[in-house]
Amino acid sequence: MAGKVIEFRHVIKSFDETQVLKQIDFEIEAGKFYTLLGPSGCGKTTILRLIAGFLHPTSGEILFNGQTINEVPANQRQVNTVFQDYALFPHLNVEQNVAFGLEIKKVDKKIIKNKISDALKLVQLSGYGQRNIDELSGGQKQRVAIARAIVNEPKVLLLDEPLSALDHKLRKEMQGELRALQQRLGITFIFVTHDQEEALAMSDQIFVMNAGKILQSGTPVDIYDEPINHFVADFIGESNIIPGKMKDDYIVTFDGHDFECVDAGMKTNEAVEIVIRPEDLDIAPANTGKMNVTVDTQLFRGVDYQITAHDVNDNEWKINSIHKTTVGQMVGLNFDPEDIHVMRFGEDEATFDARLEQYE
Amino acid sequence: MKSKAAYLTPYFLWIALFVIAPMALILYQSFFSITGHFTFANYEEYLSSSVYLKMTFNSIWYALIITVLALAISYPTAYLINQLKNKQLWLLLIILPTWINLLLKTYAFIGLFSQNGSVNDFLRFVGLGSHQILFTDASFIFVATYIEIPFMILPIFNSLDELNPSLINASRDLGASNWQTFRRVIVPLTMPGVKAGFQAVFIPSLSLFMITRLIGGNRVITLGTAIEEHFLVTQNWGMGSTIGIILILAMFVVMFLTRDRKNRGGQIR
Ligand SMILES: Nc1ncnc2c1ncn2[C@@H]1O[C@H](COP(=O)(O)OP(=O)(O)OP(=O)(O)O)[C@@H](O)[C@H]1O
Ligand SMILES: [Mg+2]
Repeated sequence: MAGKVIEFRHVIKSFDETQVLKQIDFEIEAGKFYTLLGPSGCGKTTILRLIAGFLHPTSGEILFNGQTINEVPANQRQVNTVFQDYALFPHLNVEQNVAFGLEIKKVDKKIIKNKISDALKLVQLSGYGQRNIDELSGGQKQRVAIARAIVNEPKVLLLDEPLSALDHKLRKEMQGELRALQQRLGITFIFVTHDQEEALAMSDQIFVMNAGKILQSGTPVDIYDEPINHFVADFIGESNIIPGKMKDDYIVTFDGHDFECVDAGMKTNEAVEIVIRPEDLDIAPANTGKMNVTVDTQLFRGVDYQITAHDVNDNEWKINSIHKTTVGQMVGLNFDPEDIHVMRFGEDEATFDARLEQYE
Repeated sequence: MKSKAAYLTPYFLWIALFVIAPMALILYQSFFSITGHFTFANYEEYLSSSVYLKMTFNSIWYALIITVLALAISYPTAYLINQLKNKQLWLLLIILPTWINLLLKTYAFIGLFSQNGSVNDFLRFVGLGSHQILFTDASFIFVATYIEIPFMILPIFNSLDELNPSLINASRDLGASNWQTFRRVIVPLTMPGVKAGFQAVFIPSLSLFMITRLIGGNRVITLGTAIEEHFLVTQNWGMGSTIGIILILAMFVVMFLTRDRKNRGGQIR
């Protein structure tokens, strides 16, 4: 089976006095699509630069195929990067850009020619070989940058927000292409983005980061369904986050009522936060649901209505419903026990995972 | 439309008065003999006289040496300054001497290089005896290079400063060593700065005259010296202007050779 390609062990990175990465630990398996997701300035690029070798950790260990590479210079690492600004060489044309890495490795000229044409075909830029870089659109530049990286057949490809400069449509298209490309090549991708939708759509595994820490890692479904804390729940998709209390195993109290839930293993009467996703809420006639709310706004979005409402305790509720309601009207809300996700305050990932393990 | 013309008028006036008119005057003068008759004799003499041809060769040769030396010193210097923390301050320190009058700097070197100057004092002190430093080719080249270096450093520094650092990371990422990165990425991308520096140093060096006289002791006679001689000593303005025209032509040739050529792709080397 595919082993670990990259491993971070207690990696800390400081610039002068400020700690930018605070104890990062993770493992990257071969052939998967990983995403580092987090807000601006949380340290995503710093992690990529550590893997690529442009930066060195202040402390901790970075392993590649089981060997420490802390001291290995960037040009001797088997990883390639697609840079945030593409970093294509302006004095070389498309073909020469793609050939750069192979020429450095003194690959035979004939082989280079073939590999270039394969790589350009892969990114659908056949026939663009003689173009100058400044004659390319943003999307084309991005694809040249990808071709220039993958032509070297790296073990790991690092992509730093490569889609952020593209318009919505091209972006969606490239997301699909990148995902398909990764599956075809079987190369490990480490993809950086601050767009949660992009992360959910593309990844096998997501690392959610904030302020120099990895808060949660898991598959898109895991992270979406079981966010570890307020930050992750809020960052990944829309959510209703309500303060509550754990009355007993499988019983949580919020809004003055007890609700059946699927979480357990906490102290009696422990203060918690509960998350319910807007699409998990169903609208029912008033007094027939599990609780009542009053509709404040309603927005038609094509597939459904986006409704905001408030309950008797003035908690705000976001609801996505395919049924229309009336602003100002009182409606009932229905949800299932498994739609309630309970989050403890200050629970770390290991404890969280262990607790989930117990009752799943 | 009108306002645009109004903006441009001073510019055109300036060009006409201070660029076109003097050049036209020089061209006009170059067709007159010392006795004031219209003639092509100045050009004939220039092209047939071995003295003038030798002078031309000398000018080009020394200008080339000065430019190449200045480049050899300036490129690494600009590169190092660009790596420093307070690079703008260091650059300022290098540019500072250009604010001092050229004549003053030249006299300073006379003071340093003369028989009783500090350099010979030092040589005597370490037991190497005194030497004739002033009025040699070497001292001429040394001083001329010293004076031209800032004009070479400035454009090279600017082109290095504009270089996107992620291009260097990209090159390293693709497996290039420091040296390969330097040769394949940094040098080609700073070529415009090198060319600008070449122009800024080579062209003025062609017509140096004061330093040739004061430091070189007139042992090296360049076209600049010849022009000065014709205008101020022999009063042969026609011949002086002819050489001036030759220098202007040389200038255009250099500018043409070092012009910005857009790289139109091409084959893989
Ligand atoms: N060379 C440096 N010197 C000092 N601080 C730095 C340096 N590089 C990055 N930082 C700081 O480290 C933090 C993380 O930076 P990083 O570039 O990794 O963020 P990011 O998650 O990639 O953000 P973005 O989404 O905006 O690209 C930021 O606060 C940044 O200011
Ligand atoms: Mg970044």
